[in-house]
Amino acid sequence: MDFNLNDEQKMMRQVAAEIADEQLAPRAEEMEENREIPADLLAFLAEQGYFGLFLPEAYGGVELDPVTYALTMEEFSRGSPAVALVVSVQNALVGLPILKYGTEEQKEKYLARAASGELFGAFALSEDEAGSDAASVQLRAEKKNGGYVLTGHKKYITNAGFAGLFLVVARTGPEPGAKGLSCFLVERDAPGFALGERFEGMGMRALDVRRLEFENCEVPAEALLGAEGEGLKIALASLDLSRIGVAGQAVGIGQQAFNEARRYAGEREQFGRPIIKFQGIQFYLAEMATRLEAARLLMLRAAARAQAGEPFSAEAAMAKLYASETANFCANLGVQIHGGYGYMRDYVVERFYRDARVTEIYEGTSEIQKLIIAGSILKG
Amino acid sequence: MLDYSSYDEFREEIRAKADEIVAPHAAAIDAEDHIPDGVMKAVAQEGWFGATAPEAYGGLAWDTVRYSIMVEEVSRASGSVGVMLAVQGSLIVYPLQKYGTPEQVEHYMPGFASGEVLGSFALTEPGAGSDAGNTKTTAVLDGEEWVINGQKCFITNTKRDWPGICFATVRTDPDPSAGVRGVSSLVVPAETPGFNYGRKENKMGLHGSDTSEIFFEDCRVPKDSVLGELNEGFKLFMVALDAGRISIGAMAVGLGQAALDLAIKHAETRHQFGKPLGVQQAIQWKIAEMATKVRAARFLVYSAAARKDAGLPYTTEAAMAKYYAAEVGRLVASDAVQIHGGLGYDKSYPLERIYRDVKLDEIGEGTSEIQKIVIGRNLINLKRKT
Repeated sequence: MDFNLNDEQKMMRQVAAEIADEQLAPRAEEMEENREIPADLLAFLAEQGYFGLFLPEAYGGVELDPVTYALTMEEFSRGSPAVALVVSVQNALVGLPILKYGTEEQKEKYLARAASGELFGAFALSEDEAGSDAASVQLRAEKKNGGYVLTGHKKYITNAGFAGLFLVVARTGPEPGAKGLSCFLVERDAPGFALGERFEGMGMRALDVRRLEFENCEVPAEALLGAEGEGLKIALASLDLSRIGVAGQAVGIGQQAFNEARRYAGEREQFGRPIIKFQGIQFYLAEMATRLEAARLLMLRAAARAQAGEPFSAEAAMAKLYASETANFCANLGVQIHGGYGYMRDYVVERFYRDARVTEIYEGTSEIQKLIIAGSILKG
Repeated sequence: MLDYSSYDEFREEIRAKADEIVAPHAAAIDAEDHIPDGVMKAVAQEGWFGATAPEAYGGLAWDTVRYSIMVEEVSRASGSVGVMLAVQGSLIVYPLQKYGTPEQVEHYMPGFASGEVLGSFALTEPGAGSDAGNTKTTAVLDGEEWVINGQKCFITNTKRDWPGICFATVRTDPDPSAGVRGVSSLVVPAETPGFNYGRKENKMGLHGSDTSEIFFEDCRVPKDSVLGELNEGFKLFMVALDAGRISIGAMAVGLGQAALDLAIKHAETRHQFGKPLGVQQAIQWKIAEMATKVRAARFLVYSAAARKDAGLPYTTEAAMAKYYAAEVGRLVASDAVQIHGGLGYDKSYPLERIYRDVKLDEIGEGTSEIQKIVIGRNLINLKRKT
């Protein structure tokens, strides 16, 4: 089994690591405080091609593979998990589904603008009563005047505040069930569409997460992405890939918590010596490093399968499940190794502790990952 | 009875009161990082600041089990108010009662018991966290006064808009080789010239429970301000921390119980896949694990408290109670967040606050690592030959 990276992957990883250390980490606290990712940073990332990761050159993309995507998520997340998520949503949950399921017109209309960072997208699946149970989406899309009229709401939608385009899963067919769901590309200025209040979360506070309201929101027939009834399929297939990204994000959070703890343990003296000389601290670091290695390999394996065109749902679910647990494990011990300082906002591990927690929740909770994994076991 | 059900009625009274006077303010205390006067006075009215203080000085003279239940139930409503009472009871009232001269008790106990004065326990320094023997703050006798110089950090109950008195651990033996044997505890009112609060810390959680640096600059207190014997401050703070660990354990149990209660309610009322979450075996098992851990942690806390009340050694038991309860508190809060999904991460709902608050319990008053050192060293006797 070969887990070695090719030269391009190594180089892209190195570039992402440098961006994380030089551009993201120094501004992470400011982004958290201001609850905003600065426009100049988004512009810089766009210029570097990070919003067209999977897109062909024709659309201004850089057409990278899932392994590079995962590694990029990992490295970016060491600097700012929030920025990494913005990148992940734009690529895996907006750009790629349009590329895979969109008509030529839709691709022409959106992809080049997405790749250039001119147009940001958001992925809108969750609702008040449709969390883990995604098939119970209630937002209605009724056919009218040759188009559709959308009525309902969406909840916890990342990037919503600055997105110009929303990939919305809505019900075109009978309730309940997945077959009645379809995907729509709804533009920010569609009549009857409104941004709701901004979500205040424990962590990832630079993210702009919102509720969306649709009140007789009219969209043309061309807004349908894929066929009617394909909505959940498109959403879930997109989430399969983005979970590899979230796994990468979680590995990055865990890795940075480890790096901070490793550095601090070497500097902090108690009882007359650096605390890294204590066996208890060494073993904490050993456990963290072992889990990080395992999580990273799960992530790479899922990404390699995706790259090879093999089924990878269960592998992506395993990677996300384990990596998100690992992120929290490492963030917790990272805080612990810092002692009182780890509980203080001045220290990076405090933020990582709060940021890590959501990786077990979004893009499918750990319970959903276990359902996917168990499903593949039962199928044999 | 060993399962502590004889305290049920007592607990219900405290819980009802905490739900009435503390819980409604918990979200605002967190958001505004401040415990308002109204809450301070309502808590004082209940006598909780002096729960363990003698009745003669306005206290309630509760035993440690009752006191622990109070800290637990108040923490269930608000970790910030809970930790304030844990510090006041275990690190202030208790050592004052145990080591204070009759004059000191007479002078200071009524203020602490009534809540008119908040006590802070200043042990930690930038270079002396888990390693308390490394205390650098000094007190030098100048005639009839101690002159204190140095810096403390992470000191709880440093509430600037409330009268405060600090029990400061300082080096009174100038010989550095004296180590922890050369430190004493001095009683320093916050209004003393040369006593200055430094920066108030911006913490992950427990907002409203103020944590600050304290700077001593030629701060003079009378010679008789030593609490306990001169140069035996080590003994005092070890005893205070033993007691403190029981109350931090109680706090963690209360926060864990709060998380568990929310999780059970959510499992009963939230529907996904056409049925309540509580129908799912994964949720049932998670709730089962959470409830079992909270119950075990609670018994560890009460067991340590009962040993203290019975005059038995309880250092190991208190360390176990704090270590285990704090870990359980974190795990249970995390499981409750998980059961709630996105709502568990949402600041408009109490769970994320509980998750942030309870993390302190694995750190404050001796990290979990220090507890494991205490427990391990007490259990492993390296001198035993056979």
